[in-house]
Amino acid sequence: MIKLIVNGVKREADAPNSCLLLDFLRNDLGLTGSKEGCGVGVCGACTVLVDGELFASCITLAAAVQGSEITTIEGVATDGGELHPVQQAFIDHGGFQCGICTPGQIVAAKALLDSNPQPTESEIRDWMMGNLCRCTGYYGILNSVAAAARSIFPPASDP
Amino acid sequence: MIDFEFHNPSSLEAALELLDRYGDDARLIAGGTALVLQMKQRFAQPGHVIGLRQLARTDGLGTIDEADGALRIGALCTLKQLEDSPLLRERIPMLAETVSRVATRRIRSMATVGGALVNGDPNQDPPPTLIALGATVEFTSSAGKRVCPVEDLFIDYYETDVRPGEVLTSLTVPIPASNVRGAYLKFLPRTADDYATVSVAAVLSLGDGGVCQDARIVLGAAGTTPVRARSAEDLLRGREPTDEVIRAAAATVPEAVDPLDDFRGSADYKREMAGVFTRRALAQALSTPSPIPSLSDLPSPSGRGLG
Repeated sequence: MIKLIVNGVKREADAPNSCLLLDFLRNDLGLTGSKEGCGVGVCGACTVLVDGELFASCITLAAAVQGSEITTIEGVATDGGELHPVQQAFIDHGGFQCGICTPGQIVAAKALLDSNPQPTESEIRDWMMGNLCRCTGYYGILNSVAAAARSIFPPASDP
Repeated sequence: MIDFEFHNPSSLEAALELLDRYGDDARLIAGGTALVLQMKQRFAQPGHVIGLRQLARTDGLGTIDEADGALRIGALCTLKQLEDSPLLRERIPMLAETVSRVATRRIRSMATVGGALVNGDPNQDPPPTLIALGATVEFTSSAGKRVCPVEDLFIDYYETDVRPGEVLTSLTVPIPASNVRGAYLKFLPRTADDYATVSVAAVLSLGDGGVCQDARIVLGAAGTTPVRARSAEDLLRGREPTDEVIRAAAATVPEAVDPLDDFRGSADYKREMAGVFTRRALAQALSTPSPIPSLSDLPSPSGRGLG
């Protein structure tokens, strides 16, 4: 039995030991927000947080993170449906086109702002480097992350 | 992936007991960034997988400590932990910088320093720097402990000197003396998260009048294991490392390496670049402004890319 705390809720399901965290989330728990892109940990579409750390769920055994706290894209907005500043910024600044990479981009950006609320542009680029977008919408993504950071911590010079 | 028994031991002793019981049919999993891929492709088909995640909080397996002029790094520290460690960044910035060059932040959050070493992938970033700095690893088994220089760990392509029943539990990296200069360069013609086409770690000890007392030059992605460029080291030792001496030393490197053809370049091209990047690494090491530079002193944009 795999037991995890997913987006603050205790969840469990019977799955083989070879079950990947991504498949467990999508197939056993019905949380289909996280996507499989490359399947080898390179593209970032499957990014989730495991005990607050960025993880590629497509190369993580669910059994290996037994008991951990998992945050997926479904847990980023509040229970009342209020969007996280990163989500709002992606809408306002054109942070996505086809949307397949977006759950991973948003989870990664949230993790960045959780650990570094006022990142520099180069820190944003370095952090988000591991999340690929094949629509090549990188400027929109980088602008969205920077805007989310500004909305959380407005610079002193902003009106 | 073929299914297996999964074990989640809560102590190192319990993990060692499982290793003894299941022998060759067992594999240890830490971050899993290498093993899960190998299992997905069925290169590895263990009957038992022993998870080490819980052990990161025990026995110093997940901490970095300073003692006796060296840093002792628990094998289950993630690469991200090393990259972010104020202690490592201050004492051995070259290693923190090297680790920050591995793949992406996501992979560095998962992969552990011990797992990366025992995987024996010759394209990895940390081994050349660890060898150049004279690091050692410690193995623990139910029979006791064994210390091995990182240099002797790599036997062949993905083959390491890990013996039955052993777990790599820590590595020890001497803190460089004030006369030591070092640099790690990674040639990345494709993307920033890629494996190196070739990489070079160069560490020099300087004596009176700037004479090179000792040199250790180690290349990654240049053979089936990390490769030491001993001919270049010999040329530097006892000489003042002038531009001319550096060029002469670097010119011996293409003969010293034995890279594989792949989509990151032909063997001939990598051989040539091994020489070029050795010259640049030596020059950068010597231009390092202070004996123990801070990370911000390192010229990251040029150091990171084509140099």
